[in-house]
Amino acid sequence: MNIDSIKDGIVIDHITAGNGMRLYSLLELDKLECTVAIIKNVGSKQMGKKDIIKIDADIELNTDILGYVDPDVTVNIIKEGKIVNKYSVSLPETLKNVISCKNPRCISSCEQELDQIFTLTDKETRTYRCLYCETKAK
Amino acid sequence: MRSLIDIKELSVSELDSLINTALDIIENPKKYSQKCQGKKIATLFFEPSTRTRLSFEAAMYELGGNVLGFSEAQSSSASKGESVADTAKIISLYADIIAMRHPKEGAPLVASMNASIPVINAGDGGHNHPTQTLADLLTIKRKKGRFDNLTVGLCGDLKFGRTVHSLISALSRYEGIKFVLISPEELKIPGYVKTDVIEKNGIEYVETTDLAGAMPELDILYMTRVQKERFFNEEDYLRLKDSYILNPQKLENAKKDLCIMHPLPRVNEISVSVDNDPRACYFEQALNGKYMRMALILMLLGIE
Repeated sequence: MNIDSIKDGIVIDHITAGNGMRLYSLLELDKLECTVAIIKNVGSKQMGKKDIIKIDADIELNTDILGYVDPDVTVNIIKEGKIVNKYSVSLPETLKNVISCKNPRCISSCEQELDQIFTLTDKETRTYRCLYCETKAK
Repeated sequence: MRSLIDIKELSVSELDSLINTALDIIENPKKYSQKCQGKKIATLFFEPSTRTRLSFEAAMYELGGNVLGFSEAQSSSASKGESVADTAKIISLYADIIAMRHPKEGAPLVASMNASIPVINAGDGGHNHPTQTLADLLTIKRKKGRFDNLTVGLCGDLKFGRTVHSLISALSRYEGIKFVLISPEELKIPGYVKTDVIEKNGIEYVETTDLAGAMPELDILYMTRVQKERFFNEEDYLRLKDSYILNPQKLENAKKDLCIMHPLPRVNEISVSVDNDPRACYFEQALNGKYMRMALILMLLGIE
């Protein structure tokens, strides 16, 4: 299958297979006017299978979201058809308004103007908990 | 400016310091009777409470300060839809310190993020209740003289009992603690308390359904209520409820210096016939709550 290479834009590579759509949704790539390609289940020597997202525009990516969903991804910045920058992301310490608390007894569930804040409580298990009620993020 | 939302915010040395202040208040009440003169505590109770609210108010009066506040959400602007953040900002203009109870988990934290005065969490739903833990710790200190090398039995509803989770969290920082977790299968301690607190700190523990069997080794027995509404069916509740009622027969094999605690209110989980047993500490525990709240108010207001 051929997907056009991009001239100026971003390639998010090494996405764990299955996480591509989640990233697409949390990064709100559906709101972009430019071409966006999600390629699922691409064969990979390292990972067996992986997902790739190609964005045909130089946009600002929320690296907290990337790090939260999949800290193993690689971001490639493309200019004039060449990779000019390549970086990895890490688990963010705090997530603000990325996910919301599902605990109906949490203050954030009834006061809508409150920021939804989650903090990293265990790096090893990649556990995030709601700042207000400590409910684990799912 | 500092608040107290979760017991974990206090270091071991800060806990020691609060306990020492409380012990000094007990010994020398007059020395503290004017310490908060001209200061006001706002007790913002968005849900009913007897002991906690009155204990905060008594604490402030005994420090020479004054009290304002409300005891139910209906008599506050929350009934008109005011946010916790706005309430905290406004009350900061009228008082020097806030004690807040709220049915929603995290509400006192939101208040502390918006207030310009210290906020004390006086209970937020099933989440935290740090001043109850302070009362529990002072009781243990006064009865046992130490926090290390104790076998602590926690009995009843260990799943939803916020006071149990906070006490485990506070005691897990001391050496030689062993927890005996006594509950029906349906109300066992949540997995995250076991993994994130007990096991993470390398604390010895056992889980059992047998209160009488666990009794002989306990230094402390912390009772909580097994509530009917926690069960899926009445049959299970009726089958289990008597196993977790403490009576003189169940205490026959207990240590002579066992310390029996309960955060109160008690319904029927400790028989009234236990009240006269010298090992019953739960009424004294409620009194200790007032002393620790006095010590805490002084600490948060920066009064020596």
